[in-house]
Amino acid sequence: MKTCKDISGLLSESMDRPLKWREHWAVRLHLLMCRHCSRFQQQVHFLRKAAKHYYPNENDKNLPS
Amino acid sequence: MDKNQLNDHRTVLLRYALLQLHDEAVAEDAVQETLLAALQAGDSFRSESAVRTWLIGILKHKIADHYRAAERHYSLGEPASENKDDPNTALEQLIFDGKGHWIGAPSAWNNPDHALEQGEFWGIFEWCQKNLSEQHARAFMLREMVGLETEEICQDMNVSHSACRVYLHRARLGLRECLEQRWFNTKRKS
Repeated sequence: MKTCKDISGLLSESMDRPLKWREHWAVRLHLLMCRHCSRFQQQVHFLRKAAKHYYPNENDKNLPS
Repeated sequence: MDKNQLNDHRTVLLRYALLQLHDEAVAEDAVQETLLAALQAGDSFRSESAVRTWLIGILKHKIADHYRAAERHYSLGEPASENKDDPNTALEQLIFDGKGHWIGAPSAWNNPDHALEQGEFWGIFEWCQKNLSEQHARAFMLREMVGLETEEICQDMNVSHSACRVYLHRARLGLRECLEQRWFNTKRKS
């Protein structure tokens, strides 16, 4: 049985490579039961989205002083 | 390679340059020189990812030239992280218990897309990136901002494949944790 620690690692890796069949199903099964890891999954996707929007220096102009 | 393609790569190159040079004008120059060099070199590349890797290779030389010319030493990335000495286990011990369960389980983020439109959020985002260890921040930046594949990141950082996988994961864990504490748990809208 994989732990949340393991699953979070696989969720992160799934952003960088296709998971193997076994990994994929281990993750899906775990996510059915674990809302914490489900949130983690959504949030790493958000990190990617945020990173794409992030533009250093230009954002500095928007910062409150 | 035509000019349109070069333009597409320009954005990515500029991100890369800005994060290393910390100066918009200098970064613009470095990218400009890189693209000029690429145009002169002609069109021997077919796949987009090969072009990108090649362009970043040129850009790295331009950035190195800049450092040499300036005779200054910036530290690349320069995170203010206290756990720099031991980035390997410290983070995960804070996040997971001995049995691999979340200690501070991820909470629900209220309307995260809304954060992207707020200037203040980007200040926090930047702060959180700087608080990652240098290698974690660099791996994350190369992956998510520059858009390199994991293989290319390993080469760029000169580390093993398993190491850069770990860097990426820890960067995400750290960044997620930081954004949750500094933004989503404090700015929650009703």
